[in-house]
Amino acid sequence: AAVESSDSEEEDLVSYGSALQPLQEGERIKKPVPLQEQTVKDAKGRYQRFHGAFTGGFSAGYFNTVGTKEGWTPSAFVSSRQKRAGRTILGPEDFMDEEDLSEFGIAPKDITTTDDFASKAKDRIKEKARQIAGVVAPIPGTTAFDDLIGPSKITVGVELLRKMGWKEGQGIGPRVKRKPCRQKPDPTVKIYGCALPPGLSEGSEEEEDEYQPENVTFAPKDVMPVDLTPKENVHGLGYKGLDPSQALFGASGREHLNLFTGGSEETSNLLGELRHSKGRKLGITGQAFGVGALEEEDDDIYATDTLSRYDTVLKDEEPGDGLYGWTAPKQYKSKKRPEREFKYIGKILAGFSLASKPSAPIKIYPPPSLPRNYRPVHHFRPVLTAGDESCHLQKALEESTGKLESDPTHQSRHALNAAQRREKLGETELKGPAPSVLEYLSEKDRERLKEVKQASEQQMKAKIVSQQSPSSRFQSASPEDATHKWQMLLGGQLANAGSSDFKPFAKNPEKQIRYENFVKSLKKGEKDALARFFDPTMTEWERGREQEEFFRAAVFYRSSSSSLSSRFTRAKYEDDVDKVEVPRDQENDIDDKETAVKMKMFGKLTRDNFEWHPDKLLCKRFNVRDPYPDSSIVGLPKVKRDKYSVFNFLTVPEPTTSVTQAAKEKIQESNSLKKPKKSSRWDVSDKEKEKKDSISEFISLARSKADAQQQPPVPAPEECGTGTTETLPTEVTDEDKNQEEESGRPPMDLFKAIFVSSSDEKSSSSEEESDEEQQPTTSERESETTKQVAVPDSSSSNLQESATATTDSGVSSLPASKQELDAAEEFGPKLPPAFSSGRFCKHLDKKEKHRKIKERHKAKKERKRKKEKKKKHKKQKNKGKHKNKKSEKDSSSDTTDSSDSLSDMDTTGLSPKELLRR
Amino acid sequence: MAFPRPRPARPELPRQRVQTLQCGQGAVRAARFNADGNYCLTCGSDKTLKLWNPHKGTALRTYQGHGYEVLDAAGSFDNSQICSGGADKAVALWDVTTGQVVRKYRGHAGKVNCVQFNEEATVIVSGSIDSTVRCWDCRSRRPDPIQVLDEAKDGISSVKLSAHEILTGSVDGRVRRYDLRSGQLCSDYIGSPITSVCFSKDGQCVLAASLDSTLRLLDKDTGELLGEYTGHRSTTYRLDCVLNEQDTHVGCASEDGHVYFWDLLEVREGPGGGLGTLPALAEPPCPPQGSLALSLPVGQGVVQSLAFHPRLSCLLVATQGQVTLWREDTFQPQGDPD
Repeated sequence: AAVESSDSEEEDLVSYGSALQPLQEGERIKKPVPLQEQTVKDAKGRYQRFHGAFTGGFSAGYFNTVGTKEGWTPSAFVSSRQKRAGRTILGPEDFMDEEDLSEFGIAPKDITTTDDFASKAKDRIKEKARQIAGVVAPIPGTTAFDDLIGPSKITVGVELLRKMGWKEGQGIGPRVKRKPCRQKPDPTVKIYGCALPPGLSEGSEEEEDEYQPENVTFAPKDVMPVDLTPKENVHGLGYKGLDPSQALFGASGREHLNLFTGGSEETSNLLGELRHSKGRKLGITGQAFGVGALEEEDDDIYATDTLSRYDTVLKDEEPGDGLYGWTAPKQYKSKKRPEREFKYIGKILAGFSLASKPSAPIKIYPPPSLPRNYRPVHHFRPVLTAGDESCHLQKALEESTGKLESDPTHQSRHALNAAQRREKLGETELKGPAPSVLEYLSEKDRERLKEVKQASEQQMKAKIVSQQSPSSRFQSASPEDATHKWQMLLGGQLANAGSSDFKPFAKNPEKQIRYENFVKSLKKGEKDALARFFDPTMTEWERGREQEEFFRAAVFYRSSSSSLSSRFTRAKYEDDVDKVEVPRDQENDIDDKETAVKMKMFGKLTRDNFEWHPDKLLCKRFNVRDPYPDSSIVGLPKVKRDKYSVFNFLTVPEPTTSVTQAAKEKIQESNSLKKPKKSSRWDVSDKEKEKKDSISEFISLARSKADAQQQPPVPAPEECGTGTTETLPTEVTDEDKNQEEESGRPPMDLFKAIFVSSSDEKSSSSEEESDEEQQPTTSERESETTKQVAVPDSSSSNLQESATATTDSGVSSLPASKQELDAAEEFGPKLPPAFSSGRFCKHLDKKEKHRKIKERHKAKKERKRKKEKKKKHKKQKNKGKHKNKKSEKDSSSDTTDSSDSLSDMDTTGLSPKELLRR
Repeated sequence: MAFPRPRPARPELPRQRVQTLQCGQGAVRAARFNADGNYCLTCGSDKTLKLWNPHKGTALRTYQGHGYEVLDAAGSFDNSQICSGGADKAVALWDVTTGQVVRKYRGHAGKVNCVQFNEEATVIVSGSIDSTVRCWDCRSRRPDPIQVLDEAKDGISSVKLSAHEILTGSVDGRVRRYDLRSGQLCSDYIGSPITSVCFSKDGQCVLAASLDSTLRLLDKDTGELLGEYTGHRSTTYRLDCVLNEQDTHVGCASEDGHVYFWDLLEVREGPGGGLGTLPALAEPPCPPQGSLALSLPVGQGVVQSLAFHPRLSCLLVATQGQVTLWREDTFQPQGDPD
């Protein structure tokens, strides 16, 4: 039953084509013919031979030889001994293939209609020749008799038309009541019966032309088929050659032809030879053209065809028939035509007709009249120094604020910038990076900026008046303190702070004003800078917060305003005005996690769960249903945040508040990337944790000190404002602790661990491939590596300590320890060395080593310089304490440096200050 | 290759060295079993990748085409393809039989630490020092990854895949698990840079080795710590950790030339094993501490890479320039069919 059902199912199927023969049992499937054996055969099964690309493969003989398949002796050979071979006459057909004789061959042998039976399509030239012959013949009109006798060549179509009343020479269609366009008898149209004397016929035609009866209808004009005669000569278009008959018979022939001058030129032309004065019977003698050179009667033979008989000027064609040339198109002419043609002189080409209406005359517009005050001088815009961003900003600001105020109609064309012109023209904004930060602001914001500026100016005036009355009503102790400290800190750095080209609080104009005033007064060195400008409605807490904000903004925007545009990453967030895409969820603070890890409380405390959107394709490839089929997000969902909000930056925990510019700039860098990458977390065992902190802190301090060359860093105030106390990181206290520690701890070993290794590495650098290979490649990691230089050394295991000890004592270091030292500088967990310390790298082939050394040479210099820097800082820091040791170290490093390269020598020779300036 | 012997009731750890492969490719960065464990791949620092039959000790093929040392490799489920990643920042897809690079995926900004195929070998997931994990499509010819997982804040040291999860260990001290089915990212903070992660065979747990010389077994769903294993030394290098074929033991390579195995469940107080060579570690108070079951002295150098056979008690250990194969004690080398 199952089989049956399956059969019925099969019946429902539709099958195309014919099925292959079912294979017999044991039958082998035919092998396909291999390519090299595939040949081309013709219809008869003979091998096709291809010869001659142009002849289409005509082949002759047997494989292009004279032989035959049997050999060189033709099979038709019969010995003449016994029997005379019949003399065979070979025609071309004997050498031709059958194909050539077929319908499409070169000599078709099929039955075809001969010329006599061919269709009535007329060969005009032949027809004409016949006509001439007929006229010229001894009995004129004999050819006409031939036509009568000859078979009818009229096709069925023509016959049908005739039966319907059509006559040759007429057009097809209903009869019309108009003056017929007189049709001259077509020379190609056969004239039946005797040809009338041309004069007579023409004369009658002329009369008919005049006479226009009212009640007569005419057949429509016959359609002249388009002359498709190809132009085969090189004459100019429309040029007709000289009629050879006329040329031969010379001028006399022409002159004597005046017998029928009034009549049709055509007929006279045709019969001209006949009426020749000399009376020569051309047709009879069989002379086609001309006579023998020295025949008596041909006295005109040397008559020259004078040039005077040619047209030398272009003029209207003489009223000839235009049949000078053989293939000249026929023209229909009416009498009225010449009058109409007064405008156009010359011949109208076939297929063209004169326009009935004259074309409208071309209007000529006068050139625009110049305004009276126009001066043809170009004014160049003031040249901006390239790369001067602040100048750009200033200009943009001016344009957006100041100049917009003035009546735009009065604005000079040249004062407009591209954006303004675009606005005026109503064009849409181009996609692409906007030229300046100001462009990111909307029109509304710009308006606001304008207002702000005005308001601030007014306030400034007002301030001068109220300067004398310092209202210290809202002065509280803590802001005062903070101000002082901040001032101490910022010092001269605030010189350019808050220049008007950047408005961190553009959103809030009043706040912006307060901020500007605050900056100004800070510059002047006023202590109670902020208190004066506070909004009296603000609470104490708000004030504190705002002050903190201002301080930070002042520092932040000062440093960034100079190189503002270079910091912007245009590609990332250009589409939105003032919003930044920030991952919605971020792995929150590590601090509490770290404590959780310490307490081994894994689980909720250490886990972060995020919504994560896998790519659709990825789901497909993993054979997993898309968990978010409707979302277009890929990865972590992002949210938009205010780009210029200061608190956006404040949320990033600052490591130390006392660290000055350098450190801050680093933070900003990471912020400007808008993707706060946390520094790599380096492993430290718990007991070493503290130590590590202290060292990194110490180094950064030393660095900052050398950077700014200012007073010893003041530890950050524990509370700058009431609002910010809790946001201050705990490191502040750490730092304090470290500083205390620092004095008591002899850090020499540690220093050696950090620094001696570097110099050592230079001297015997061949040992540390794996380290160098793993140098981070991306430049953005630069900062991280600098950090790591400090960290891993200190956090190293006891093994590394021992390694440092060996280097310290001057013993030539073991390769293994060296490698592990370098490993500490590696970024991330490194790869193990190729061979253990016990083997002393003897397996390592020298060549590879050499190559690697070369490769990393550059990178090393870079790092060395960094290290050098730190070293110097540190030295400076501990100058008093470790003077003797320092010199010792100096010398050691110098010697190693000199062994390395010249540039390094230069570096070491410089003072730390100079070094820093680089 | 079939192993007719019935599996012993109590799982035995590989204690017996049965093969030594002198790879001759410089340092062997990784040794990996193929999907069924009959063959293995070794990644050399001389830019080559080699295919071996480790049980017989024969080298089968060498794959050349990386521009720098090869750091990790993986074979596809059908043994037809190999993916590898190297210090030349490229991920390569190889055809096993022809030995040619079928495709090279460039896009990582740093060297590629780890590569994995998904189950059907349609996607290669690679983790790099540039802190991204990239998923490359093997099916189409698109040169850019399907997706870039850039949540890590530091280099990716290890990537493992299950049927619907991507597990990554990063130097930023986090183990991240991307669950494609539920569309979630779970990030577990370990603190210390992660060197290696792996799923347990039952897919319920995650083993993470970190540079604080500790292995941690975490519950996949909750992130709770199930076990902690110490005793080895892993402070500097990227070393592998493994689970054995029955999930009864966890193993880890060590910098002191040993491979350590701990009992997964058997918890013992105090540092395990009573090994005199071990440096005394400060004992943390509470957590479940796995007992040390075995320490295999492999060599003098750092043990770089470990791979455990998917079905047998068979361990592949790469140290320095050689790879050794270890079997259980009861194993008779000559009884090995195939």
